[in-house]
Amino acid sequence: MEEYVLIMRHENGAAVASPEQMQIWMQQTMDWLGGIAAQGKLLNTGNGLSFDDACVVGHGGVVTNGPFGEIKETIGGYVMVKADSVDEAVEFAKGCPVLQGPGNTMEVRKVAKHEPK
Amino acid sequence: MNTESLLPHLFRTEYSRITAVLSKHFGIESLEMVEDITSDTFLAALETWPHKGIPENPKAWLYAVAKNKVKNVLEKNKTREKYAINILNFPELSTEIDLSEENIEDSQIRMIFAICNPVLPVEAQIGLALRILCGFGIEEIATAFLSNKETISKRLYRAKEKLKKEKIKIELPPESQIIGRLDNVLITLYLLFNEGYYSESQENTLNEDLCHEAMTLTLCLLKNPSTNLPEVNALFALMCFHASRFKARISQNGEFILYEDQDISLWNQDLINKGMYHLHKSSVGQKASKYHLEASLAYWMTVKSDEKWNTVLQLYNQLLILEYSPIAALNRTFAFSKVYGNEKAIEEAQKIKLENSPYYFSLLAELYLPLQPKIALESLEISLKLCKSNTEKALISQKINKLKGQL
Repeated sequence: MEEYVLIMRHENGAAVASPEQMQIWMQQTMDWLGGIAAQGKLLNTGNGLSFDDACVVGHGGVVTNGPFGEIKETIGGYVMVKADSVDEAVEFAKGCPVLQGPGNTMEVRKVAKHEPK
Repeated sequence: MNTESLLPHLFRTEYSRITAVLSKHFGIESLEMVEDITSDTFLAALETWPHKGIPENPKAWLYAVAKNKVKNVLEKNKTREKYAINILNFPELSTEIDLSEENIEDSQIRMIFAICNPVLPVEAQIGLALRILCGFGIEEIATAFLSNKETISKRLYRAKEKLKKEKIKIELPPESQIIGRLDNVLITLYLLFNEGYYSESQENTLNEDLCHEAMTLTLCLLKNPSTNLPEVNALFALMCFHASRFKARISQNGEFILYEDQDISLWNQDLINKGMYHLHKSSVGQKASKYHLEASLAYWMTVKSDEKWNTVLQLYNQLLILEYSPIAALNRTFAFSKVYGNEKAIEEAQKIKLENSPYYFSLLAELYLPLQPKIALESLEISLKLCKSNTEKALISQKINKLKGQL
């Protein structure tokens, strides 16, 4: 069993959603996480990352504030899961409601283990 | 009340109260002596009351006898030696045992913390809680655990030795440590309640008593301001909601009645109201503990409505995210089917893969029934093979026969 981080990427982090839309997303996200947890494979719900006050620090200490003019994608959050294979982790990622937004993506990354020498 | 029915009741409550007060007085190292004194006190009642009649104030009678027995033990060198009581530790012989209501409650809450102590294995904590905090006899504990007297006696003996060895103090932890220590206390009380509520043992009265005692101990925590915390209220609410169905879930022949088939008019509305009161009191602060979630779920079980399922699903999602358990995974899938339909729920069910659990196949049968009754039947047959409890086997067989008739 390996550990994977599923990273949610939004194409447009500045998009404003209505409270009703937020409510629906919330429910879908909870159903998605609940489904992984019901398999005993949810490690960590991670943290949602707020888009408010987000900024990017570049080479030479140049600070760019949102709304991310030059950046194509922003990270919206991540969760950690256990999976037998990367395929299984990918299956988990496919269920994430973030993917309903066109242009949004999920990045699947295996947690590197430092084997004792 | 005659002696026969009064004694067991008094024994349970007063055994634990007298034991708590004496233990606080003499310390954990004298637990054996304390238990002997308390048992002797009740033996005396058993010997005198049937002949002379029950005293006007049975409690006061028991307390007076207990105090005398303490004096007798401490005044005789022989008995002091037997229990290794160092008289120097009790300079005034400390025969003045304070059996005021105030000191009883204080002693009980200290004993709860002393016994629900992580130095002991969980089973030992529950066993000792039943014996010392609830006044259950060894035989009753053996029945509740589906075990025998010898095993239980040994387990209790080892647990007491461990408490002595670790020099566990009979005290309320300092304010700053209460929250941390409370976790373990609540787990033990929760398991104690479940032991009665989900017991395989056929002794229904005993099972109810077990739940009742778990509730009394939880109430003891609620009475003390330093332990009257949101989580404790949530746990108590959970117990009230479940206990409200006691009358409805056992038939007159002592058979188990499934939730869907229960006569709602038999649900105890007083307990439901009490549960709602404590659920409300638990909803302060930021933390939603597993007891909060389970109490909310238990509340929804007292409501028959098709509108509730989305809320129930969300509560199970949260509960599973907090802590995985197979039973929560199964229940979540059932709630999921009520919200999104059976077809989607079957997909979810196939992912949880609890292939050793009879309940998993019963759930699959339920989901397949309107879509593919043949698979439903196959699932029920697997469930029957995996099932260990006779009551449940009978229920599954009934379903199989009914379904075979329809196919």
